[in-house]
Amino acid sequence: MIDVALDVLSWILLVLGGACVLIGGIGGLRLPNFYTRIHAASLTDTMATILIFSGMMLQAGFSLATLKLFAIMLFLLLTGPTATYALANAALLSGLKPDAGTTSDKPKESLPE
Amino acid sequence: MYIIVSIAILTTMVLALVRALMGPSAYDRVLAVNVFGTKTVLLLSVIAFLYGRPDFLDLALAYALINMVGILAVLEYFQNRARRKSRAEDD
Amino acid sequence: MIFIFGLFLLTLLVITAIAIVRTEDLFVAVMLTSIFSLLMAANFFILDAADVALTEAAVGAGVTTVIFLCALALTDNKEKPRQGSRWVTFSTVGVLALLIIYATFDKPRLGDPDAPVHQHIAPWYIEKTTEYMDIPNVVTAILSSFRGYDTLGEVFVVFAACIGVLFILGVSPPRKTKQTTEKTTGLRHHLIPQVVGRLLIPFIVLFGLYVQFHGEYGPGGGFQAGAIIATGVILYALLEGESEALRAIPRGVLLGMVIGGALLYGSVGVVCMFMGGAFLDYSVLASDPVFGQQLGILIIEAGVGMAVCGALLAIFHAFASREILS
Repeated sequence: MIDVALDVLSWILLVLGGACVLIGGIGGLRLPNFYTRIHAASLTDTMATILIFSGMMLQAGFSLATLKLFAIMLFLLLTGPTATYALANAALLSGLKPDAGTTSDKPKESLPE
Repeated sequence: MYIIVSIAILTTMVLALVRALMGPSAYDRVLAVNVFGTKTVLLLSVIAFLYGRPDFLDLALAYALINMVGILAVLEYFQNRARRKSRAEDD
Repeated sequence: MIFIFGLFLLTLLVITAIAIVRTEDLFVAVMLTSIFSLLMAANFFILDAADVALTEAAVGAGVTTVIFLCALALTDNKEKPRQGSRWVTFSTVGVLALLIIYATFDKPRLGDPDAPVHQHIAPWYIEKTTEYMDIPNVVTAILSSFRGYDTLGEVFVVFAACIGVLFILGVSPPRKTKQTTEKTTGLRHHLIPQVVGRLLIPFIVLFGLYVQFHGEYGPGGGFQAGAIIATGVILYALLEGESEALRAIPRGVLLGMVIGGALLYGSVGVVCMFMGGAFLDYSVLASDPVFGQQLGILIIEAGVGMAVCGALLAIFHAFASREILS
């Protein structure tokens, strides 16, 4: 009984995580500006990491694999937002302006293209 | 159930690759590389579970740690260029 | 299932390779090379070759990208336009490609149990590993013990590559100290990478040591561990500035690690000869031959790890500390 409940729960978590990943990918293509694309990439990344790894940890039970999955999840949660910060900071320092509501991709300043 | 998730992750990797090829500015491409890296970690973990080999999770762990170093190197590269340009303008 | 995954990944590989060749912006090429390495690592992974996938991910997507960016910082961003036609190049590459494709027609299918290599060699290795060495990871057993000469050659190749790069770049010997002009390098002004980086560096080094000593039981070994530990030190160099990292682990120590790793491997072989066996026959190292084999594998993997870590760090410092001439 508890096995079936665990299976259903991990199914739901894994499918939701997959959906988050897909949403992030589609958002990375359709959003107009670089700074909006960063939102799509990093937010969905973090959510999908938590969902998918929780789903897999429920499947693994109490074993070494669960500890490793937890460690991977922890490191991804730490390094993902840091990389996003570093990238947004680099773009801002080099002069890419966050235009609100623009549909074009042409940056205002000169950039390394 | 792992197959559905791995197909979703593979599709997102394709979309990230399209962004890397298409991105008008350099930062879009770096963002695509970052997304690709984290999706690779997810894909490796899911496939390790799919094959029933939990000791392959070491690869995902190694790559999760290494992913950040590449992006920080890119930040350092851009800072270096900005610093050099400002120094050249000062001379 | 492997077929679909493999087809997907290989198609992406071809697209990425074409994009790398066709682009003129070198920064884009470096980023796409990083994606290429990740695709190759995923490819090796779904073919069940975990050791190779770990090495490809650690070296290709980690250290190589950083070294390329260091080299790119010294030069211009765009490729120079090429004069002249490329017909000779195209025809040569085309003929060679057709030859190679023709040669693969006789190859047995992937994983075919009737292939010649699966009749004698593979079963022999799988049986004799349990009998001679009793370690679970057959890849490490083949790499370090059965084909130990080849791995000795690989360590010497890494050593020669490191020395070659240092000669080409004209790196001065470690006795002369270089005065650094300014210390505004590094990501010191950014708080978030500082905090997270300092949190992660001990874990990266610890994980590198785990991969080093766990190579007999799971995917791992000296090459991967060397690359992972080098990544940790490169992270420190990115955060604090490259001169600080050079102060923490000076160039003399790095060269000592490269030379020491190669010497360690060779001296294990010579010690085996002194104790009565053949060169690189580890069974004579201890009273129990199986334990002797395991001890020998442990020591030479340590040598390999030292050599690879030292070489990667020496090459990184050779690029990163170079002054721009123009």
